[in-house]
Amino acid sequence: MKVSCEALRQVEAICRKFGNDSGELISILHECQNTLGYLPEEVQRVIARELGIPASKVYGVVTFYSFFSMVPKGKYPVSVCLGTACYVRGSDKVLEEFKRVLGIEVGETTPDGKFSLDCLRCVGACGLAPVATIGEKVYGRLNPSDIKKIIAEFED
Amino acid sequence: MIIDSPAVLESIRQEALKALSVREESNKATSAEAAGLQKGTPHMQILCCGGTGCKASESAKIVENFKESLQAHGIADKVDVVVPGCFGFCEKGPIVKIVPDNTFYTSVRPGDVEEIVTSHIIEGNKVERLLYQDPGTGEHISDSKHMNFYRKQLRIALRNCGFINPEDIREYIARDGYKALAESLNRDSLDVLADIKASGLRGRGGAGFPTGVKWEIARKFDAPDKYVVCNADEGDPGAFMDRSIMEGDPNSVIEAMMICGYCINAHHGLIYIRAEYPLAVHRLQVAIAQATEYGLLGKNILGTGFDFDIEIRYGAGAFVCGEETALIHSMEGKRGEPTLKPPFPAEAGYFGRPTNVNNVETLANVPVILTKGPQWFASIGTEKSKGTKVFALAGKINNVGLIEVPMGTTLREIIYDIGGGVKGGKKFKAVQTGGPSGGCLTEKHLDIPIDYESLAAAGSMMGSGGMIVMDEDDCMVSVAKFFLEFTVDESCGKCTPCRIGNRRMLEILDKITQGRGTMEDLDTLENLAKVIKDTALCGLGQTSPNPVLSTLANFREEYEEHVRDHVCRAHKCKALLTYSIDPDLCKGCSACARGCPAEAIAGEVRKPFVINPEKCIRCGMCLSRCKFGAIKVI
Repeated sequence: MKVSCEALRQVEAICRKFGNDSGELISILHECQNTLGYLPEEVQRVIARELGIPASKVYGVVTFYSFFSMVPKGKYPVSVCLGTACYVRGSDKVLEEFKRVLGIEVGETTPDGKFSLDCLRCVGACGLAPVATIGEKVYGRLNPSDIKKIIAEFED
Repeated sequence: MIIDSPAVLESIRQEALKALSVREESNKATSAEAAGLQKGTPHMQILCCGGTGCKASESAKIVENFKESLQAHGIADKVDVVVPGCFGFCEKGPIVKIVPDNTFYTSVRPGDVEEIVTSHIIEGNKVERLLYQDPGTGEHISDSKHMNFYRKQLRIALRNCGFINPEDIREYIARDGYKALAESLNRDSLDVLADIKASGLRGRGGAGFPTGVKWEIARKFDAPDKYVVCNADEGDPGAFMDRSIMEGDPNSVIEAMMICGYCINAHHGLIYIRAEYPLAVHRLQVAIAQATEYGLLGKNILGTGFDFDIEIRYGAGAFVCGEETALIHSMEGKRGEPTLKPPFPAEAGYFGRPTNVNNVETLANVPVILTKGPQWFASIGTEKSKGTKVFALAGKINNVGLIEVPMGTTLREIIYDIGGGVKGGKKFKAVQTGGPSGGCLTEKHLDIPIDYESLAAAGSMMGSGGMIVMDEDDCMVSVAKFFLEFTVDESCGKCTPCRIGNRRMLEILDKITQGRGTMEDLDTLENLAKVIKDTALCGLGQTSPNPVLSTLANFREEYEEHVRDHVCRAHKCKALLTYSIDPDLCKGCSACARGCPAEAIAGEVRKPFVINPEKCIRCGMCLSRCKFGAIKVI
């Protein structure tokens, strides 16, 4: 997938907004990911050039933090909580079922670009464990048998 | 309006107190009878929890419905809808509290709103079915103070959570907010520091270093730019204390950072917060903007000549960034890798400047220590651990939630009195404290009074405050593996013991859960764990073997069963399970076959079905679908 020239100009603008300061790299990456949805190689190279630091350094930071992604997320990003509270209430089984229903592994996106699957550590809704989020919506007290129905809500 | 003197602050407090007095009064004395507009109550308030947990159960919709309903009934001018932070009783969320009669409604749905408005707010009759029902006596309890969940709690760090509107600085001021700052700025900073030391407050992030001593060290290093950092990178999966404080009482953190700045002679504050906490970020931004607008942040604060500013920095999902040197590197825009101490951040921290790092809960205690006095604080708790501790109580427990108890409370009191015991009447097996750095404690530890020392002596640690209860269905080998998977995932890779050692331990645990382990593996595991503990670079690595060591110490027989008998007594380790159908009990209804995702079950209707062990993925779906108890697991 190619990043448009317009998007790269947005990246430059974001870098300049932070004064091309390499100390602001993480804030810049946050804003770029918010704008573009992900941080592909081209974007990282533009940031490196703007801040006057090696691309390897930008790449090193992007891959260090779990929040940053180099692949685009699905239209409906699914995140299954694997925090301890959810784990002891069976979130591993919920995750397995999501994998099976969507036919993808963790970190992947369905071929139609609709769903992506990720794990996260604690959304803080431990009272509702086990929990998964799809986009902004939180689904609590999940049972593996609920998953098919939940995914069906998002089928057009 | 600029608050430029303690006198102006006091006048604002007096005025703001008027709006809050209904809540304050109702908190002191509760009448059993419901208030209601038709009964002559002039003014009422509806407090609707706006914490992340309740928001996940549509509390925002509930607020919207309340506003619409009050409009429709033409009573919006007599009834306020307030959205405070977390009440703590997450198990029963969303929580709605009615003031002045202090009625505490639990598990409220958006569809319940109209009934609350018509029958309670207008007519003055409580909605019985939404009241908390005591599981022991079956009695309906309408005031939270009389619930076991709250009875043994003492809320100091959480004093304003669930009470004030966190997006209105005036409500914080009404509760003596910024009073400690105003008083401190008119005292010698050494005296203020002495108070913090005398209170005995220790770091609530895990290690328990005395806060006053930390400030004293930071004060010694002189530099034109010094920094006060608030560590809000709460990474322990299953802990949400710091988030709830920031969501429910952001100003307390800001005020404490300023007091710290005054004590150590720093004028810049930085809050390092997880980007995964959007609501907490928003509330902090609002609080910083309001404090700046009132002149409580910025130049010449309260006319004393003291300057202080605060900026927010975002984390990006790395557990190791809770370690202070890693956190500082992350704020500098780098990979969050820890560095060897010394130099400590107090000497060379953020961009080489002297930096003092405190955790959110630690800071939240500071203002109230100064307003109520260090002796008051030091009178709570145990000999070496003063004050209270907030815990996120979760897992297999009836009352999941956020609790705050005096140090020295026993695990038994927390689990059985406050937590209401183990869910579903199952047998208690272990309680995990301290997250991935802590350990699993058992029945025999339930009566030790909790403090930093006693938990460490028992092989666990205080940690940031996650407390996960486990029952007989939890396999302790799998639990150790779960935490180690987390550590391996989160290891920054800088030092060898953590990067490679933990991976080797995980491989051994995996072997054991697959039924391929040997007795020798158990010794290797223990040796490796000890070496990692002694040689890893930072706190993450040094504590990462704790879940393994504590389960080995307390549940060695379970490890041995996995190895020797290939049995997982909790039926968690899939590779050790065999599913079969008891032909005598099977009615041939085909429910199992229809539910089997692997199509491993076949048979003819009204005749016993059979599971093909080759195809079976041991997911347990058949077990949950069979109504006749015919599925056997060995």
